Amino acid sequence: MAGIVLDKLKKSYGGTEVLHGVNAEIADGEFVVIVGPSGCGKSTLLRMIAGLESVTEGEIRIGERVVNGLEPAQRDIAMVFQNYALYPHMSVRQNMAYGLKIRGLPKEEIDRRVEEAADILEIRDYLERKPRQLSGGQRQRVAMGRAIVRKPQVFLFDEPLSNLDAKLRVQMRLEIRRLQKRLGVTAVYVTHDQVEAMTLGDRLMVLNGGRSEQFGTPIELYERPQTTFVAGFIGSPAMNFLPATAEGGEVVLENGARLPGGTGAGRVRLGLRPEHLLADDGGPIRLQAILAEQLGASTLVHGTLEGTDSALVAALPGTRAVTEGEVLGFSVAPAQMHLFDGEGRRIG
Amino acid sequence: MVENRPWLAFFTHVVLLIGIAVIALPIWITFVAATHDEIRMTQVPLPLLPGDQFWANLKATLFGRGLSGTETAPVWRMLFNSLVMAMAIALGKIAISLLSAFAIVYFRFPFRMGFFWMIFITLMLPVEVRILPTFEVVAQLGMLNSYAGLTIPLIASATATFMFRQVFLTIPDEMLESARIDGAGPMRFFFDILLPLSRTNIAALFVILFIYGWNQYLWPLLITTDQDMTTIVMSIKQMLEAAEQSPQWNIIMMTALLAMLPPVLVVIFMQKLFVKGLTETEK
Ligand SMILES: Nc1ncnc2c1ncn2[C@@H]1O[C@H](COP(=O)(O)OP(=O)(O)OP(=O)(O)O)[C@@H](O)[C@H]1O
Ligand SMILES: [Mg+2]
Repeated sequence: MAGIVLDKLKKSYGGTEVLHGVNAEIADGEFVVIVGPSGCGKSTLLRMIAGLESVTEGEIRIGERVVNGLEPAQRDIAMVFQNYALYPHMSVRQNMAYGLKIRGLPKEEIDRRVEEAADILEIRDYLERKPRQLSGGQRQRVAMGRAIVRKPQVFLFDEPLSNLDAKLRVQMRLEIRRLQKRLGVTAVYVTHDQVEAMTLGDRLMVLNGGRSEQFGTPIELYERPQTTFVAGFIGSPAMNFLPATAEGGEVVLENGARLPGGTGAGRVRLGLRPEHLLADDGGPIRLQAILAEQLGASTLVHGTLEGTDSALVAALPGTRAVTEGEVLGFSVAPAQMHLFDGEGRRIG
Repeated sequence: MVENRPWLAFFTHVVLLIGIAVIALPIWITFVAATHDEIRMTQVPLPLLPGDQFWANLKATLFGRGLSGTETAPVWRMLFNSLVMAMAIALGKIAISLLSAFAIVYFRFPFRMGFFWMIFITLMLPVEVRILPTFEVVAQLGMLNSYAGLTIPLIASATATFMFRQVFLTIPDEMLESARIDGAGPMRFFFDILLPLSRTNIAALFVILFIYGWNQYLWPLLITTDQDMTTIVMSIKQMLEAAEQSPQWNIIMMTALLAMLPPVLVVIFMQKLFVKGLTETEK
């Protein structure tokens, strides 16, 4: 077992730098999710840890070892790919055994490990089948089995669930989580799905344009996002941002409405989560409705801040009929107001 | 087809039947001629039904000294020569192309694309085009009248390299990455993963190259003077010319039949893999 340290990690392809110095310390046995929009460098980062991409600058340590120059096989890692990358001409058993065979483990030991992993993943019945004779979910399990039998120090996952349907995805998500806890192996998991990230990770790294915006527990990220990017990325429906001015312990909105709370002074952006807007007929936040989305458990009211063009979304519990042009009043607890400066960094 | 148009069905059948007749009739005549004795084949009308001399002709052809009045190697020897040549060309080409495609697709080395284009350009230089210089080289190397001389100049060409390159490019990168994580070195990856994944393509290519090698005419004609090195395809042509009296059709036709047999067998036995290799796209 081992932790991972990323030290000012940079990656360039030709002249273009795609990772601009990523730092992270991942504890032994921790489940870390790297999340971010498409093209932000998640896969690149993961593949550098795996040893599939060279390191341009900086250092990667697994355990106490600097692994920059090591081949993937020497790093004591296992990786699960998005498209599973099972060897199509080998049976499930051979797929799982291949790495062990190359390492020269005795036959009995290989069989024992493969069967043990097959039991954990409940794929014992398919051991003699070829990958093409399996469903997507079963292939996913085999890919995990191939990772487990190696007994690595680190599991690496690159969007392993994105080829599965929604229901299976939820089920496999739980299973991956349970498995990782049970084996106690450090895991790094890449996804662009923030729900997956929130539910799986002990800690999340939000990556944006090759930089780590914030690295923390899901709750920290939700409650105290350090940048507007993190604030907008984590949480669903996404946070509302309104231009505002802070003065003397109050936040003044564009339409002159005053909300108590907040620190600092001058022009700010106010972030409000839709689910934190409390219906309050006399409340200071006036939303002019455009349409409502009925989700059953809640209703999302889309509209604008009254008297302005700033979009505003509120989540109301239960079902609620809304007519276009109707003005609804809301209030918000001071603790749930997020203020950001002109660069998008959190104030206070 | 789902429509029911009797005239169309009738017409298509007639066309197909004519097509079959055009292809099958000469083969039938060859077969019939190989089953009669020499005298019957010079009388008119030519027989259209098989006679009873098949086994006698077979024996005379395979083990006799060729046509009366000439001294050639027995046909079994020519069949053997052709077989060696066709196998060596097919296997040699496949081995060399697999390795060069492997190098070009999976390794980064200086002038990689330069080498690729050089190999590609040899597509434009089949043996017939470079026959004189190639002959000179082979003669200088003392490879006339040898299996090496027969096969090596035909092995060196690009068609198969190009095809395997395309095949390898369809294999997802993750396969290589998986293998690297599993600790497989380059040759291990080649033998354990690339070869099995290209199995059907190799089979398809084998069929094509075997027939290509078997049908070689000009090159063997040039390179062999020794009777014991003649190939079967060459000898059929020679038989037609060599006979001073009227041709011994029974022997010639039997030889032709025997010459057709191996390619047919190769196609029949490898048919399944062959079709898969040409049509399968998913890796
Ligand atoms: N081999 C390469 N050569 C040049 N640029 C590359 C290469 N691989 C990735 N990139 C660039 O690096 C950036 C990050 O790519 P990466 O694959 O890590 O994104 P990602 O976060 O995994 O995105 P996605 O969610 O779409 O998978 C992208 O802008 C991409 O264009
Ligand atoms: Mg990716």
